[in-house]
Amino acid sequence: MSSATVARPRPGPRRGRIRIGRFTLNLRDRDTVIYLALAIGALAFPTVADFVTGGAGGSIVLLAADAGVYVLLALGLNVVVGFAGLLDLGYAAFFAIGAYTYALMASGALFHTPLHHAIHIPFWLLLVVGVMIAATAGALLGAPTLRLRGDYLAIVTLGFGEIVPRVFRNAGDWTGGINGLSALDNPVLPYWVDGPWAGVGEQFGIVKDLIFSVANPTAWYVLMLILVGISVVMLNNLRKSRLGRAWMAIREDETAAQAMGINTVSTKLLAFAMGAATSGFAGCFYGAKLSLVSPENFQFQVSITILVMIVLGGMGSMPGVIVGSLTVYLILFKILPDAPNQVHSLLATTGFTAIDQPTGDWPGLGEFVSRLKFLLFGLILVTTMLLRPGGLIPSRAEIDVERAAKETSALGLEGAQG
Amino acid sequence: MALLELKGIDAFYARIQALHGVSLTVDRGEIVALIGSNGAGKTTTLRTISGLMHPAAGTITFDGRDISSTPPHRVVQLGICQAPEGRRLFQRLTVQDNLEMGAYSRRDRGGIRDSLEKVFTLFPRVKERRHQLAGTLSGGEQQMVAISRALMANPRALMLDEPSLGLAPLIVDTIFGIINEINSSGVPILLVEQNAVKALDVAHRAYVLETGTIVQSGPGKELAQSEEVQKAYLGI
Repeated sequence: MSSATVARPRPGPRRGRIRIGRFTLNLRDRDTVIYLALAIGALAFPTVADFVTGGAGGSIVLLAADAGVYVLLALGLNVVVGFAGLLDLGYAAFFAIGAYTYALMASGALFHTPLHHAIHIPFWLLLVVGVMIAATAGALLGAPTLRLRGDYLAIVTLGFGEIVPRVFRNAGDWTGGINGLSALDNPVLPYWVDGPWAGVGEQFGIVKDLIFSVANPTAWYVLMLILVGISVVMLNNLRKSRLGRAWMAIREDETAAQAMGINTVSTKLLAFAMGAATSGFAGCFYGAKLSLVSPENFQFQVSITILVMIVLGGMGSMPGVIVGSLTVYLILFKILPDAPNQVHSLLATTGFTAIDQPTGDWPGLGEFVSRLKFLLFGLILVTTMLLRPGGLIPSRAEIDVERAAKETSALGLEGAQG
Repeated sequence: MALLELKGIDAFYARIQALHGVSLTVDRGEIVALIGSNGAGKTTTLRTISGLMHPAAGTITFDGRDISSTPPHRVVQLGICQAPEGRRLFQRLTVQDNLEMGAYSRRDRGGIRDSLEKVFTLFPRVKERRHQLAGTLSGGEQQMVAISRALMANPRALMLDEPSLGLAPLIVDTIFGIINEINSSGVPILLVEQNAVKALDVAHRAYVLETGTIVQSGPGKELAQSEEVQKAYLGI
């Protein structure tokens, strides 16, 4: 009996692999499994949300599309911080540049400027334009500053992050100043997709739901998924390329990288430009979806939030960064804002309404929780980083280094030479 | 004409002068040692050659070409590669990735594969460890990877900065054996060392650097016999 229950390895050298045409999925690879799970989860999400909320999942799906903006931003900043090891504290600046590019070129805004001509370039074209403008901005900022190293670079990027939103705020003739720009165009599918043959309004129309308006969150959600998908594939290929390895070499040891024949200035510049380009992507989507941009949306806090997402998820690990940004977004924009109301209703149903009443200095438990929001957020961050110092899903290098450190200390070999 | 020639090099760190009119040559097929105590300017000399810093005065020529103000990545492309002091491996990349980074300036895939094979025959240990992260290797293994990485550029001149630093005596012997082997395959080597005994033993010619000035030069064996060198560096 016992011999019969022993699991015998199935024959064949390619266990755990699925082939789809030219592509092979290796199910034993951690990252592949995570990407697969994320993709399935993302595709099922709108349906599940609708089902759980009893048909009222729209607001959650809309929120998820917003979370996607942060996923894009985090993926982009990860190129700069995680791959190339350059600390950028002003990343929201490039996000702002992408969003304002969209706002100016896809609305009536330019009519009220000294230009007196409104421009309405389609969203799809502006995605490309926004990416190029943001990348150029990244290169322009990088050129004079990337000779700096470490903390000095961080300070300069911090300054840039403050300057850009301020310029947008003060150049009121062009940008609407503090009020920002509103009534931006919605994306419209081109006619060759959207024509009568697409079956708009009919029951089995493939793209009948892809009309971009506030009333139709699924359209935004699908668009976001596509943008994230494109970015993941592109950045992942970039990571494995010659350029990607040069970034990592610079991160590990800039002088040694130089000695290996890497042109460190231009390589770092490309990291900055690639990071900025991704945020240009995110900026265009953000502007189009919100139909509004204002300088308040690109404060320092945004840069820091994105950085937190990367560190929490696992610097340099793309699946980690995606999971990290979704986690932080969920905590910051869903769980914490909802917490006071949850507390209210919990106390109401359990009958402890007394501690929810403000008396003297006590504001009531619900209000108290709402005041403690950022303390709770901080506690969550500190706890996570203590439990998982390499991030939620650390990059492979991080895991191996930790394991090696453990082995060496276990064997008492620390500091052994030769 | 010498392959690599330094003529009257002055070099500064901010306002502090580190090199005073250093002149030296490395010929094809030679091992040239540069010995001297801490702070004598040995590493600075290598840094000016590799373009990591530029001389304030004097000229550096490589194969008849002035490289005094050439940026480091161009110098590597011209064929001068170095294993820097303290190894400086890319700690969180695998050994294989480190070696591939060494070949960064090359585009000939076939040639890179050949270099990899050569390096693996030279250092079987490196081959064994190729899937490990560089930071997890022992000091001796790291030095082997550092030399291998420099060799991956298929250099026309190799510069080694303190290859024996911090290694056990047995490993030092291995490393110097390999330096000889690399040289006999035709690669000229400029060797910077504090371990003067070993360096003078292996070098065809040597220079003694003291506070930024070359004070003595000659064939390695001859210098090893010189009274001043024996007193100052060989502890005899």
